[in-house]
Amino acid sequence: MNREEIKVELLKIIDPYIDEKEVTTSISEQSDLINDLNINSAHLVDIVLDIEEKFDIMIEDDFISKMDTVGNSLDIIEEKLQG
Amino acid sequence: MDKRRRVVITGMGVVAPNGSNLEAFEEAIKAGKSGIAHYPELAELNFKSQIGGKPHVTEEEKQEKLPSFIANKVKKNGVIFACLAGLEAWNDAGLEINPGAYNHKTGMIIGSGALGLDTPINEQINMIDAGNHRRLGSRSVPESMSSGAGAYLNSILGLTGRVLTNSSACITGSEAILQGYEQIRYGKMERMVCGSTEGDGKYIWAGFDAMRILCSDSNDNPTFGSRPMSSTSSGFVPSGGAGVMILESLEAAEARGAKIYAEIIGGDVNSGGQQNGGTMTAQNPDAVVECIRRSLETAEINANQIDLISGHLTSTKGDPFEIKNWVDALELPRDKFPLVNTPKSMIGHCVAGAGSIETIACALQLSGGFVHPNINLDEVHPDITSLVNEEKLPKQLVKKELDIIIKANFGFGDLNCCLVLKRFNK
Repeated sequence: MNREEIKVELLKIIDPYIDEKEVTTSISEQSDLINDLNINSAHLVDIVLDIEEKFDIMIEDDFISKMDTVGNSLDIIEEKLQG
Repeated sequence: MDKRRRVVITGMGVVAPNGSNLEAFEEAIKAGKSGIAHYPELAELNFKSQIGGKPHVTEEEKQEKLPSFIANKVKKNGVIFACLAGLEAWNDAGLEINPGAYNHKTGMIIGSGALGLDTPINEQINMIDAGNHRRLGSRSVPESMSSGAGAYLNSILGLTGRVLTNSSACITGSEAILQGYEQIRYGKMERMVCGSTEGDGKYIWAGFDAMRILCSDSNDNPTFGSRPMSSTSSGFVPSGGAGVMILESLEAAEARGAKIYAEIIGGDVNSGGQQNGGTMTAQNPDAVVECIRRSLETAEINANQIDLISGHLTSTKGDPFEIKNWVDALELPRDKFPLVNTPKSMIGHCVAGAGSIETIACALQLSGGFVHPNINLDEVHPDITSLVNEEKLPKQLVKKELDIIIKANFGFGDLNCCLVLKRFNK
C-alpha cells in the first residue's frame, strides 16, 4: 500500500468525526486534526482504533500524541505497516 | 402580584414503535396502528415474552437527520432516538440550530432509563472481559451515562441554560416535562427542551421477563399482546422510543410568533414511600390519589372539567387498581366521569420513554380535536366496568374538541407523576 492509498483510507476514517464538512475540501498533509479539522480531541482515540482495525496494526498510546497532523498520522501508519 | 408564567408547548418530536416522527405517530394513534412485533431472537434466547416494540429508524433517516458523527459512530438506540426526537421538536418549534445563539434562559431536561443496558452493551462487556477495554474508545462513557442522551442532543443544539437529566423509571418522561414546566412557570428558564428516551432489545427486556411481568400469551399474535384494561390483560409489552417537547413561557412563544399546540397548567410528582400497599413495583393508592388531586389544585381546576384521562395503564393486572385510584381521586358521578385512554395498546410500554411519548399524544389530541382509540379492548375487565361506564373507554377514534387532559404515569420505586394539559386559548 503506498502513501497515497493509505491517505485515501485515512480520510475515509476521519470523515465521520468532522462536523463541518466545508473543511474537508482543503485537507492536506499539513492539516492539524484538532486545530484545522476541528475534530474533538476525545475522538482521537476512536480514530486510532479505527486505523488499527482498518490496517490491522497496533498503535501504542505513546504514538497517539504524535498523530497531530494528517502527514504525521500517515508516517506512523506507514512505519507500523512496515512492522 | 402573581409572577407565575403560563407555559405552552411549541414544538414536538417523537420516535415511537408505531411511528418514527410526529406526523407518522399522529396518523398511527388515530388509526389504532400497533407497533408491536414478534422477535425470533427472543424466542431463541428462551424469553417467555418474545414480543416488543422497537421503533423503526432507518439508516437513511439517521444519515439525513443527524450529524455524521452521531449517525455513524453512536450506537446506543436510546441516544439515537433522543437526538432524532429532540431535533424534530426543535425544528418543529421553528427554532434555529445555531449553538450559542440562545441565551442562558434556554435549557434542557432529557431523562433516560437503562442507557447502560442498551444494545450493543454486549460488545463493550465482551471487550472488557477479554482484557481489551482499550478498544472501548471515547464513546462508552457518554453513551451509557444517564445524562448521555441529553449530552449528545446538546452537542447539536449547544444550549447554555440549565441542562438537566432525570431518571425515575416509568415516570421519567412526564417528570422531565413537569420539571421543565416548573423551571419556566417560576421564571428560572424561558424555554426548555423536555423529554425522555429508552432504548430497546434483549438486554433491557430480560430483567422484566425474569420478573414474569411481561405479556407471554401473545407470541403468535403480537399486536394483541398489549391490551390495557382488558379482562385478559396478562403483562406489559416492552418497547422503546423517545419523545421531546419544546416548552416556552407564553411571552417567549408569542414574541417569536410560535405556533402553540397546548398549554401545561399544572402537575405534581410524589412517592407512596413504599408503604400502605406501595412497594418497589406497586403503587400506594393514597399517594396516587394525592398526586392526582394536587395536580388539579396546582392547575386550579375541578375534576368535572377533565375531558380525558390519559392513564398509565400498562396492560397488567394492576390496571383495575389504577382505575379505582382515578375514581377515588376525582369523586365524579359515573355519567360525568372523563373518557379514558392510553397509547400503550398500540406502542407497548416504552418505560422511561413512555411519559414523554404519551404526553405528546395528549398534546396532539388537544390540538387536533380527537380522542385516540384503545385497541384490543373487546372485553373490558369487570372490575373496571363496575367502576366506569364502558362507553367512557373509546375503542374507536372519537372526533371531539377537548379542553383538559390529565396525564399520569406511575413507576417502580412507588413513584407517581401527573400533568394537566389544556387546549390553548389566548
